[in-house]
Amino acid sequence: MIQSTKPFVSRGGTELRLEGVTKLYAGTAAVDRLDLTVAQGEFVTLLGASGSGKTTTLMMLAGFTQADSGRISIGGRDVTALPPGKRNLGVVFQNYSLFPHLTVAQNLAFPLEMRKLGRAEIKDAVLRALEIVHLPDKAERYPRELSGGQQQRVALARAIIFHPQALLMDEPLGALDKNLREHMQIEIKRLHASLGATIVFVTHDQEEALTMSNRVAVMDNGKIAQIASPRAIYEEPLNRFVASFIGQSNFLPGKVLGGRGDGFVVQLTTGDKLNCRGPHQPAPGDEVLAVVRPEHIAVYREAQIDGHRKTISGKVVDTLYLGHTIKLEVCLADGTRLMTQSTSAALDGVVPPPGSAVQLDLGSRSIWCIPAVEEAK
Amino acid sequence: MKPRQTGWFVKLCAFFALTYLTVPILVIIPLAINSSDYLRFPPQGISLRWFMTVLESSAWMGSAAVSLQIALTSTLLGVSLSMLAAVALVRARIRFKQAVYALILLPMIVPNIISAIAMFFFFADIQLGSGSLAIIIGHTVLAVPVSVIILCATLQGVDSRLESAALSLGADRFTAFRRITLPLIAPGIASAAIFAFLSSFDELVIALFMASPSTQTLPVRIWNAVLFQLDPTIAAVSTLLILVSALCLVAANTLSMRFKARM
Ligand SMILES: Nc1ncnc2c1ncn2[C@@H]1O[C@H](COP(=O)(O)OP(=O)(O)OP(=O)(O)O)[C@@H](O)[C@H]1O
Ligand SMILES: [Mg+2]
Repeated sequence: MIQSTKPFVSRGGTELRLEGVTKLYAGTAAVDRLDLTVAQGEFVTLLGASGSGKTTTLMMLAGFTQADSGRISIGGRDVTALPPGKRNLGVVFQNYSLFPHLTVAQNLAFPLEMRKLGRAEIKDAVLRALEIVHLPDKAERYPRELSGGQQQRVALARAIIFHPQALLMDEPLGALDKNLREHMQIEIKRLHASLGATIVFVTHDQEEALTMSNRVAVMDNGKIAQIASPRAIYEEPLNRFVASFIGQSNFLPGKVLGGRGDGFVVQLTTGDKLNCRGPHQPAPGDEVLAVVRPEHIAVYREAQIDGHRKTISGKVVDTLYLGHTIKLEVCLADGTRLMTQSTSAALDGVVPPPGSAVQLDLGSRSIWCIPAVEEAK
Repeated sequence: MKPRQTGWFVKLCAFFALTYLTVPILVIIPLAINSSDYLRFPPQGISLRWFMTVLESSAWMGSAAVSLQIALTSTLLGVSLSMLAAVALVRARIRFKQAVYALILLPMIVPNIISAIAMFFFFADIQLGSGSLAIIIGHTVLAVPVSVIILCATLQGVDSRLESAALSLGADRFTAFRRITLPLIAPGIASAAIFAFLSSFDELVIALFMASPSTQTLPVRIWNAVLFQLDPTIAAVSTLLILVSALCLVAANTLSMRFKARM
């Protein structure tokens, strides 16, 4: 495969910044005093439920939607009032938006013609861009003659061909089937690495967000609930929304007893004591929720004390056998219900029957805790 | 999904409806290829002499030229205006959109005779009088509603995100329209033009009110001929007019089929 990415690499990306940006639709905020800084060359994903304001945020960055208040800047330059064509951003729309009456080559040439490049120069650039997206033989095809994945790649090529300062992508892989989707995820990541481009990517697929990004911004109701690395989003969610939106979480209520090391000790309402850590160091007596992932709980069928690790006892309420995994719903002493998820091997392929007593091991590391009462923003 | 088989009853109804619609028009053809000196049915003998008479008559050919010139000019004006209206109605965020749309369609709803009378007095008032210009203005007004309907429907079928994409790729609004939207709605423009052309080419009432001795359109001349010299030339002229209309409709149909195949 020819990899002539040279001319595209040198440009790199630029910083994007939204400051206190608000967009109102009929009085309600689709985007609410949003602050977001995407560093040069960074890949940031906006992840959120439908209607959380992802597209609106992206369209304000692109310039198609006017913010009601706040400031948007690209590379330090205020672009709040600049029309889309002057922002020099590559936009990939969810439906690709290829021009149906133009061939692939003409589609790719369009942004270059708008920039008044010479014919020979355009021809060169088109060929190079087609090589980058592995479609060198499709130049003379019309978009309708391409598969979904190929159209997607043409849209991508068209968005990068004019050396934009950043790439904005709105659910670019939404319409593709699973295999193609994974393939395109790899291609986009590769493109990100080779171009050093700043990318803002929108998706409502968590796995996609976690695998692709440098940082993930979880959006809820027009606000960013948390922005952090994929690992931090999963392991150290800031609040209940993020903890339950990304994967599954059990919330075990408890009270802080006091500090220990760089963490603190929490007594659950079941009476069990846990070593914990959290976003802030809480004061003794504070109410917290221990965030426990179902897949992080080891289930034993009889009481086991292993060194200084302690287990929590509970009763199986319901079971779900999925072959490779076994899910249990367990009721603790204080009535709290929690879900566990173990591999079939860990339970020796035996599903504990409902009503049977089990011991739950939350592992040796300290448990992540969030404040039980979230301060209103 | 497989198209459902059409039942015999539906076919029969369709047959009668089509017969009802076309026979009165087609009856004119045997009258035109008549060799006798009078309008006779059934024809007495077959001959094309009446067609020759028409084609050799400077009066008829002059009227044809006038009609053509008026129809082409009012089509150009009407479609251009309609394009502006359609873009605003479909793409822009304007208030009272429905009301504006209804207002634009008004000339189609108001009887032509009313429009004709209104224009006649108005033109007299502003000293425009009668003649080609008056007829062109009148026909432009008639051409707008049908063109607006067609153009609005076509524009609605073009994804506005394509224009957004063009804008984000560095085009200004006008360039985005010219390079992306315009080619995509070209078939719609063509069919709007065909219908606008026909609405003028066939129109009698306004042309009759605004006609001056030197600007008699074909329908006006036919009207006068029917009143004063009923002979087979009229049938021949009518046949030629039907031919023009039929060709236009075939063209419009072909265009829309091409368009569907392309999308
Ligand atoms: N043009 C508009 N007019 C009125 N309300 C709008 C408009 N665009 C978006 N909204 C509203 O703003 C909110 C955010 O919409 P947005 O499209 O940004 O959501 P999203 O996160 O992209 O959702 P999805 O995942 O479904 O694409 C929604 O409640 C939506 O109804
Ligand atoms: Mg969206």
